[in-house]
Amino acid sequence: MRPKGLMALERVTATPAAVDLIERLEAQHGPLLFHQSGGCCDGSSPMCFPRSEFRIGSRDVYLGQVARQPFYMSGPQFEYWRHTHLTVDVVPGRGSGFSVEAPEGVRFLIRSRLFADDEDERARTEPVLLGPQHV
Amino acid sequence: MKYAQPGTPGALVEFDARYDNFIGGKWVPPVKGQYFSNITPVTGKAFCEVARSTAEDVELALDAAHAAKDAWGRTSVTERSNILNKIADRVEANLEQLAVAECWENGKPVRECLAADLPLVVDHWRYFASAIRAQEGSAGQIDDDTVAYHFHEPLGVVAQIIPWNFPLLMATWKLAPALAAGNCVVLKPAEQTPTTILLFAQLISDLLPEGVLNIVNGFGVEAGKPLASSDRVAKVAFTGETTTGRLIMQYASENLNPVTLELGGKSPNVFFADVMDHDDAFLDKAIEGFVLFALNQGEVCTCPSRALIQESIYDAFMEKALARVKAIVQGDPLDTDTMLGAQASNDQLEKVLSYLDIGRQEGAKVLTGGSRATVEGLEGGYFVQPTVFEGTNDMRIFQEEIFGPVVSVTKFTDFDDAMRIANDTLYGLGAGVWSRDGSVAYRAGRAIQAGRVWTNCYHAYPAGAAFGGYKASGIGRENHKMMLDHYQQTKNLLVSYNPNKLGFF
Repeated sequence: MRPKGLMALERVTATPAAVDLIERLEAQHGPLLFHQSGGCCDGSSPMCFPRSEFRIGSRDVYLGQVARQPFYMSGPQFEYWRHTHLTVDVVPGRGSGFSVEAPEGVRFLIRSRLFADDEDERARTEPVLLGPQHV
Repeated sequence: MKYAQPGTPGALVEFDARYDNFIGGKWVPPVKGQYFSNITPVTGKAFCEVARSTAEDVELALDAAHAAKDAWGRTSVTERSNILNKIADRVEANLEQLAVAECWENGKPVRECLAADLPLVVDHWRYFASAIRAQEGSAGQIDDDTVAYHFHEPLGVVAQIIPWNFPLLMATWKLAPALAAGNCVVLKPAEQTPTTILLFAQLISDLLPEGVLNIVNGFGVEAGKPLASSDRVAKVAFTGETTTGRLIMQYASENLNPVTLELGGKSPNVFFADVMDHDDAFLDKAIEGFVLFALNQGEVCTCPSRALIQESIYDAFMEKALARVKAIVQGDPLDTDTMLGAQASNDQLEKVLSYLDIGRQEGAKVLTGGSRATVEGLEGGYFVQPTVFEGTNDMRIFQEEIFGPVVSVTKFTDFDDAMRIANDTLYGLGAGVWSRDGSVAYRAGRAIQAGRVWTNCYHAYPAGAAFGGYKASGIGRENHKMMLDHYQQTKNLLVSYNPNKLGFF
C-alpha cells in the first residue's frame, strides 16, 4: 500500500506534441479518453475516443491522465505492462481503428521506459484503480 | 525480375488519380467531396486519392445493399456459386496486375502476392462457390406426425471492416462466404490500403448485381463507426485489435447484432529437441518455420513472433536459424527476388522501432538486426531489418504484437515448461509445434490454447482449415464452410401432419 501523503506513481504522460494534439482534439470532440489497445494491425496503439463513446469495464485499469484525459488499459494487459512507464507521443501516419486523430494524418504512439530502480517496486506492487474513474 | 513502378513506363498497373466509392454498382463521389491521399510505403509518396467518406456515404451504401438484398437472397445457390467461380476466374486472369498493385499499396514483396495472396484469393472464392452449392438444410422427424425442417437463410445486409496486411485476401475471407450465403455487403477497407480492393471491384463489377457489394472508403472514426454502429446491418465482421473489437461489440450490443472478430495474437512457435536429431529435409523445414516470422514483414496476426526452443538444442538450432535470417534478402518489393519488403505505413514503422527500443531496455539481447533498414533508391520507404531478440516471456516484446519482422526467442526445459510459456499470453490465434514425435506434437497441439496450431508447418492458409482465435484473439472462425453459418439465419419450420387438436382448449 501507498503510505499516506505519498503521490501516486506517475504511470503515463504525454509529449508536448501529443498534449497539443489532444487539446485540439478536445476542442473538436469534447472530453476524450484513451484506451490502450493490444493485438493485430493497429494494436499496441493507444486509441482516443470521445469520452462517452467507449465503455470502460470494471476490469480496466486507470493509469492516470494525459492532458486532462483519462488513460485506461485492460487489466490482464496491464499485468504485462505494469513495470513500464508510458509516454503518449504522436507521429505522422495513417491510423486505423476509430481513434479520433486519424483524419489529422497522425497517429498516437506509445513510447515506453522501464521504471527506474527506486520506482520499480512501487510500479510492480502498488494497487491501481479499476473501472471508470472519470464519472 | 523487377516490375516497373506503377505509373512509370512499362508498368503493369496504372492507378487512377482519384477513386470514388463503389455503391450500387456505380462509382459514387463522397457526399462531402473530401478525399485523402494514399501513400505507398515503398517510397513514402502518395500515388492516388481515395474517397474520405462519412455517415452520409455509409447510408447510401446501405440503401443500395437493402435495395439489392431480397433479390440476391432469393437467387439459387447454383447462380451464386457460378458468380463466385467467375469472380475467381477473373481474378486469376488478372493475377499479376493485382499482385503488383497490392505490392505497391502495402509494401509486401511481390513474390508473396504472386505465390500466396492472390492464388489464395482465387482458391477461397472457388471454395465458397463449392461450399454453398453443397450446403443442405435438414429434415428431422420429431415424431410420426411432426417434422422439423431447417433452412439456411441469409442475414440480409452485413458490414465488414477489413485490415491492411493482406488487403485482397482479407477482403476475400469475409466477402466470399457472405456473398455465397446470399448476403449483401457494405465493406470498409483499411485506410492504409483502400485502393487494390477497388481495382478488384472494377474487374468484377459486371459479375455481381448492383448493390450486392458496396465499398466505402474513409477513416475509421468517420466511416467505420457509422457502419459498425448502424442499426441497418444484421452483422458486423471485423479484423483488427482488441480495443476496437470491444467498441464494435459495444455497438453490436446496442443493436443486438452478432459479430465476428479477429483480433490478433502473439503466437508461440515451439521447437522440441528432436527436430535436431537428423540434419535432413525436416530440419531444413523447421529452420524455415522459425524464419517465417519475417513473412509479410511480420504483419500477420499469426506471426510466429515467440520462438520457444528446447534448451538442449538451443545453441545448435539458433546457429542455423540465425544464418537463415541473415540470408533474408530485403529490398525493392517489386523485385521478385526480394523476400522482405516495407512496413505498411509510417506509424507502423514507428511502432516497430518503439518495440526495438523497449526490448533493449528490458535487457533482451539483439541476436541480429534491431534497426531501421535503408534500401538503395527507396530511401523514403518504411523498411526494418529482420530482428531476433533473445529474452524471457515476461518481457513486453514477448507479450505484444509488434507487427514487424521481429521474433523474440526463449528456451524451455521440458514439455510442461513449453506449454506453460506458450499459454502465458493474452492471445490464442496461432501457434506452431515442431517435433518428429507424432504424439509429442499431438499433445502439444491440443494443450496450446489457440485456434490454429500448425504442426510441422507454419503460415499455411488453405481454404477448408478453420481459422480463428481463443482468448483475446477473437470470436468466430473463417476459411471454412462452417463460416457460412456465421452469415446465415437458421429457419426452422416445425410442421404437424396430424389433423387432431392438442386438446388444451
